[in-house]
Amino acid sequence: MCPIKDNKQCCSSPIYKIINARLLKNHKIVEGSYLWFQNGKIIDPQSLFFDHLRDADEIIDAKGQIVAPGFIDTQINGAYGIDFADYEGSDEKIQADINKVAKGLLQYGCTSFCPTVVSSEPAVYQKVLPHLNARKGSATGGAEILGAHIEGPFISVEKKGAHKQAVFRTAENGIKDFDDAYGDELKKGNKAVSIMTLAPELDGVTDAIPDIVARGIKVALGHSACKIAEAEQAVVKGATSITHLFNAMQAFHHRDPGLIGVLGAADLPIPESSKGHPEPSDTSPCRTKPDPRPFYGIICDGVHVHPNSVRIAYYSHPTGAVLVTDALSAMGLPAGTYTLGGRDVSVDHNGAAYVKGTSTLAGSTVTIDECIRNFQRFTNCTLVEAIEAATLHPAELLGISNRKGTLNVGGDADFVFLDDSSGEVKVQRVYVAGDEVKLS
Amino acid sequence: MRLVVRQDYEEVSAWTAHYIKERINQFQPSKERPFVLGLPTGSSPVGTYHRLSEFCKTGELSFKHVVTFNMDEYVGIPRNHRESYYTFMYTHLFQHIDILPENIHVLDGNAQDLEEECRRYEATILAHGGIEMFLGGIGPDGHIAFNEPGSSLTSRTRVKTLAYETIIANSRFFDGDITKVPKLALTVGVATVMDAREVCIIITGAHKSIALAKCVEEGVNHMWTVSAIQMHPKGLIVCDEDATLELHVKTVKYFKSIEHVHQSLIGQENLGLQGELLSSTMRSSATAGREMLVRQLLSGDESESKADDGEDPMSPDEDNDSMQPSSPNAREQSPTKKRRTTADMAAGTLPPSGQQ
Repeated sequence: MCPIKDNKQCCSSPIYKIINARLLKNHKIVEGSYLWFQNGKIIDPQSLFFDHLRDADEIIDAKGQIVAPGFIDTQINGAYGIDFADYEGSDEKIQADINKVAKGLLQYGCTSFCPTVVSSEPAVYQKVLPHLNARKGSATGGAEILGAHIEGPFISVEKKGAHKQAVFRTAENGIKDFDDAYGDELKKGNKAVSIMTLAPELDGVTDAIPDIVARGIKVALGHSACKIAEAEQAVVKGATSITHLFNAMQAFHHRDPGLIGVLGAADLPIPESSKGHPEPSDTSPCRTKPDPRPFYGIICDGVHVHPNSVRIAYYSHPTGAVLVTDALSAMGLPAGTYTLGGRDVSVDHNGAAYVKGTSTLAGSTVTIDECIRNFQRFTNCTLVEAIEAATLHPAELLGISNRKGTLNVGGDADFVFLDDSSGEVKVQRVYVAGDEVKLS
Repeated sequence: MRLVVRQDYEEVSAWTAHYIKERINQFQPSKERPFVLGLPTGSSPVGTYHRLSEFCKTGELSFKHVVTFNMDEYVGIPRNHRESYYTFMYTHLFQHIDILPENIHVLDGNAQDLEEECRRYEATILAHGGIEMFLGGIGPDGHIAFNEPGSSLTSRTRVKTLAYETIIANSRFFDGDITKVPKLALTVGVATVMDAREVCIIITGAHKSIALAKCVEEGVNHMWTVSAIQMHPKGLIVCDEDATLELHVKTVKYFKSIEHVHQSLIGQENLGLQGELLSSTMRSSATAGREMLVRQLLSGDESESKADDGEDPMSPDEDNDSMQPSSPNAREQSPTKKRRTTADMAAGTLPPSGQQ
C-alpha cells in the first residue's frame, strides 16, 4: 500500500491512534483531536496519510479520559526498601534494585526519573553512578532513567537535613574537587549526571558552576544557607534550579530573602536561548523572553511545605514550578524504620519520614500523582498547570522538552490516561515508549 | 436552481450535511461505483464538515466508498504547512472520517510541471466518471474556487495568479506578512465545477449577500463567476438569512414558498431528496395510490374530479381497513385531495420541484 518503497520503518511498524481522548496540547486540554504514535514516538499523521497512504493499524479508545505526557520526577532517592545510595550489594543486586524501582514507579504515572543520590563518599559514587546512567524506559523494563541527580556533598553543614555531614566538602580547587568527589562518571556529563545540587556560598563552588554547566549538567541550588546576593550570583553563573524550595535553606526573611528570594529577582540577566529556562509568565521580568529565574523543585506532600507556602511560591513564579517527590526508600512500604544514605529514618502513619529520634524531615513517601493532586488543591491552579508542573516544566529544566513532557510530534510516546471525573486526576493507564504498561 | 434558506450558519451546515449524507446513502456507493464528491476549503464548509464527521462517528454515514476531489491548492507551500489545503482538509474532515487515503485527490502545488498536474487532475476526474456532486463556497466577490472575477466561465483546471485583494485577505494566515502569502494557486475551472452532475454552494453571512444577489438575480457574468450555476441543470444554493439581505424580497419569498409548497401541499413523504417526485417503485404499495393521484393532478387528468365525490377509488384493495371513512387514513386523504384541485392550477405554473 505504501508508495515509498524503501521506507522499511514506515511500512513494517504498526501505527497507533488514540481516539476519544482529551489531549493536553499547547497548554490546553483539547477535544476532537487524536494522538498518533509509531516506534515509540509521537508522529504527525498528516504526512503519513497523504504521502504514505497509511491509516492507523490499531485504535486505542481513551473513553473520554485525559491523555497527558508521562510524569517526570527529578528528585527521588529510592522506593520499595531500595536506596539509590546503597552501595553494599553486588553489581547485579544494585542493578536489580534499580529496575525494581523503575518498574514500580510506572503505576503512579511516572515514566521518567532522575535517581537521586544523597551526599556520600567517593567510593559510593564510583560504585553506584555507573548503574544510574541515562537509559531508555520500556513497558516491561520500567521508567526511563534520565541520569542521576547528585545532591551534595558540596552542601552546607548548617542545612544538612538528613545528609551525612562527614562527607561534606568545599571546592577550593574548582572543578577538580568535583571530579575528585564523584569520580569518572562526572566527566560523562549528562549521560550519567543530569542534575547536581550544591550550596553556592561554599568556597569555590559558585566559580565552578560554569564548568559543571559546560558538561551539560544542570546546577541546582539547595541545602544552603546562602544569602540573596550569593544566590543571585549563582544564577548569573548558570544555576537553573532550586532544590526542594523552602526545605534545607534559610527561612524567608524580609530583608534578606535568601535562596527563596530568588523567586522575586527582578534584574537577573535574560537568557538568550529558552532551552533550560522557564517560559515567560505574567510575573516574568520580560513577558516575551525566557524567564531568567531558575526552576524550583517543590515537595507537595503537605508535610514538607505548608500549602500556603506552595501557593505563594507558585503565584510568584508559576512557570518555574517543578513537582518532585524526594521520595526515600520507604515509599511504597508501610510505616517503620528504613535507611537513607546510611542513616536511620522512621516513617510514621502519615507517610512523613524523619531522621530517627528527631523532627528533621528525611524525604517523603509521596508519589508523583499524589503531588499533582495536592499541588492543584494547594494552589487552586488549573488542571493543565498542575500536570505541566510534573511534565513540561521538569522536561524544560533538563532541556529535553523536545522529546519529553509534551505530546508534540517527535516526542517519546510516554503518556498517562487520567480520569478526572472526581475533580482530581487519577492514573488509569500508562504507556512507555509506545507500549502499554500492565498495571496491577 | 434551488435556493434553500435557513436561519443561520448552524442550520445551513446541518441542512447541507444532512443533504450530503442522504445523497451518499441513497446512491449506495460501492468499490466499483464510488460516490465522487468535490470539496471546498474556507470557512463556509467547516460547520458542514464537522457535522459530517459526527455522522461518520455515529455510523450513519460511511466515506469508505467516497472519492473526493478538492477544488484548489496554493502553489509552492509544503503539504504539511499549516495553511496548505492538505492541512485544512485533514484537520477539518479527513482525520475524523473513514475515508481511504487513496480515494482523496488534492491538487499538488509542488508538482514539477504545474500544467501537467492540472491536466492529470482533469483526467483523473474523467477516469472516475465525473463528479457526482460538487460542494463549494463563494468569496465576497462571487468567485468559486480561485476563479476570480474575469475568469472564463468555460475554464478548466489551471494555474491562477491570485488577486491582490485575495492576497491581502489571506495574509492574516501568514503572520500578517503579504510577502509570505503564495501568489499562485492551482484551481479547478468554472466549467470543471459545472460539469459535475450536481453543484451545491454554501453561502452564509452578510458579506456574501451582494455576491448572492448578483449570482441569482442578475445575469451570467464572468465578474461573478458563481453565476454560471444558472446554466446548471441541478444547481443548489444553501444560504442563511443574512446572505439574503441584498436579494429582492420577492426572490426570497418565492424560493421559500416553493419549499413550503413541497412540504405542505405535496407532502414530505412524496418528495425525494432532490425535490423530485418519488417514483412508485420506491414507495410501498399502500401509498402507491396516493402517488398516482398526485401524478394525475399535476398532469391535469380529468378522471380525478370523480374522486372528489367522497369515495376514494385510489385506496389499494388489499388494505380494506383504510377505506373506512372513519379511519384516519381516509380522513387524511380527503382534505388533501380538495387542496390538490386548487394546487393543480398552481402546479401548472410552478414546476413541481422548483427546478428549471
